[in-house]
Amino acid sequence: MTLQAYLTLAALLFCIGLFGVLTRRNTIGILLGIELMLNAVNINLVAFARCLGDVSGMVFTVFTICITVVEVALGLALVILIFRIRRTAVADHLDLLRG
Amino acid sequence: MAASGFLAIWAWLAPGLAFLILGLVVPLRRSGRPAAWLSIVFSLGSLAAAVAAWRATVPDMARRMLWEWIPVEDGVLTSVGVLADADSTLMLILVALVSFLVQVYSLGYLADEPPASLGRYYVYQSLFAFSMMGLVLAPNFVQLFICWELVGLCSYLLIGYWYRRPEAARAAVKAFWVTKAGDAFFLIGIVMLWSRTGTFDFSEIFELAQGGGEALAGIGLITFFIYLGAAGKSAQFPFHVWLPDAMEGPTPVSALIHAATMVTAGVYLLYRTAFLFEQTPEVLAAVGWIGAFTALLAATLACVQTDIKRVLAYSTVSQLGYMMAAIGAGFAGAGFLHLLTHGVFKALLFLAAGAVIHAVGSNDIFAMGGLARRMPQTFIVFVIGTLSLAGIPFFAGFVSKEEILGATWVGGLAVPFGMLVLAAFLTAFYMFRVVFIAFLGAPAAAPAGAGHHAAGHGHREAHAHDAPAVMTLPLWILAALAMVIGLGLAIWHLEPEFEAPGWLTPLAVAVALGGIALAWLVYGLRAISPDRLSERFAWIGEAAMERFWLDDLFALVYRRVILSGSAGIGWVDRYIVDGILNVLSAWTLTAGDRLRRIQTGQAQDYLYGIALGVLLLMVWMRWPR
Repeated sequence: MTLQAYLTLAALLFCIGLFGVLTRRNTIGILLGIELMLNAVNINLVAFARCLGDVSGMVFTVFTICITVVEVALGLALVILIFRIRRTAVADHLDLLRG
Repeated sequence: MAASGFLAIWAWLAPGLAFLILGLVVPLRRSGRPAAWLSIVFSLGSLAAAVAAWRATVPDMARRMLWEWIPVEDGVLTSVGVLADADSTLMLILVALVSFLVQVYSLGYLADEPPASLGRYYVYQSLFAFSMMGLVLAPNFVQLFICWELVGLCSYLLIGYWYRRPEAARAAVKAFWVTKAGDAFFLIGIVMLWSRTGTFDFSEIFELAQGGGEALAGIGLITFFIYLGAAGKSAQFPFHVWLPDAMEGPTPVSALIHAATMVTAGVYLLYRTAFLFEQTPEVLAAVGWIGAFTALLAATLACVQTDIKRVLAYSTVSQLGYMMAAIGAGFAGAGFLHLLTHGVFKALLFLAAGAVIHAVGSNDIFAMGGLARRMPQTFIVFVIGTLSLAGIPFFAGFVSKEEILGATWVGGLAVPFGMLVLAAFLTAFYMFRVVFIAFLGAPAAAPAGAGHHAAGHGHREAHAHDAPAVMTLPLWILAALAMVIGLGLAIWHLEPEFEAPGWLTPLAVAVALGGIALAWLVYGLRAISPDRLSERFAWIGEAAMERFWLDDLFALVYRRVILSGSAGIGWVDRYIVDGILNVLSAWTLTAGDRLRRIQTGQAQDYLYGIALGVLLLMVWMRWPR
């Protein structure tokens, strides 16, 4: 396997995640998309670490996984709170930012 | 020697301090009488300091105390301070004295005013005294100009003291505008002089003038502009129209500002800068001609007025013309002497007229009559003032007026000399016309010449009596001063600047007595009917009644030229300058409203924008170039 293959996989994964974030109406779906994008980053980091023989990329990956867990926990908590207050978890209905 | 400078500063700052205290401590100002007393005490202190400063001066030696004010790269652009010499401190005494007496007198004259507005009056009075003294002591043109504008402001405020009366408000605005027209030229003249010499300082310009004509050659336009400023302030033709209207203010104000001090600022300016005007004889000649013409014009106007204050106002214009004529003839000292004596006796006349108005409740001399018996004190002091003004020997105005006549004759201004002699005759006539009608005529007589004199006592005149002591005391002080000056000048002759011809004194006295005699014949004995007299001089009387149409001309110019010009400029401002801005702001609003629509509030939309932006950036960075 060459580096390009890993990077292609990561790029595809990132684009799939971004597509999910931009198009999903369900808030939970958006969170899933973000997960995919972060994992694409992880793949990149690991691939470069392997290729360059530098472990710092892998160390970063461990950090990223930790942060991802926290982010998901926080994100789900926010979704639950929003659902409690607004009785909906559909992104279209959450337009408080409108000018 | 330095003491004179210090004392002059104290005299100057005392009323300024009173102004600050009264201006800042509002409860004190609104309390009325305490505010008045504070102002009076400070002005008394100022008077004492002024007298001490004058006594400390040394002849032919000026004391300068300067503080740097506007520093520039090489030296100082201008400074503030005092220039105390025998002349400026003498003028300082006149200002302080009349200011003090007027403030005391006002206590009686304005006794019925509500406390708050009485306090306001004394704030203005203090500010005026401060500004006028700053003007008198100014060592350079900048300080002089600033104080010049300040006294103009005080004049405006005090003319419009009874601002609820439309005439007073209008007169205040008129005075402000007309003097401002002159001031604009004055400012231009000062700046032109500065660009020519590089200094505002009197002493430095004086040295330049002493050093020879080259430095100051061809400054005719500059001195003429400076003269226009002085003409506006000193009510010279054609700027004289504001002064009679200024009589709408309280009478003590007229005495202080529009007779004794502020209106003489122009004369004082020309006297101080006489060395400058000597460089431009053609401008000096114009000053003399205009002065003499003003004197004659105003004297004729005074003859037809029925308002006692307006008679005095035109008389002031006329006397200012005299002073200007003397300066124009090249003998500024004579003009300055007349300024000082005139300040004393004209203030006296105005204050006496104020006492009469206070008692009678009317300005119309035909509504008075027979006041000599009811108001003997006022009558005596008024006659003293009148004799001084008419130029009767041993009264204050005699020597100074004769000096002026001699100055114009020796100065080679023969025609202005003739005008001034005629004006002197008219002066004696119109002043004694007032005396005979108001003080000696039958009480509340029907208009002169109507045939039956004892038409009946007016209501208010029956109660007319001398004013309270607070008003009569200043009158007596001024009257005594007018006598003392007159006698003093008669006994100790001044060193004459010139050799006056021997026939001058008899001529001056004869002319004055002739005027008095004519007034006596017409209004005292009624040997000549005033109607016949007015028929005889109908051609000029009609014109004088209409003030020679000068006010109408000014009104026409104001309405047609200035107002329509302003309307045009206003149109440009409203529809072009403002219009462009309004269109721009409307566009901004519309564009903002359109742009607002793209803010959907959907986080996904924003994210989409960010992603698109990043993508575009990447494409742009990688684009083969």
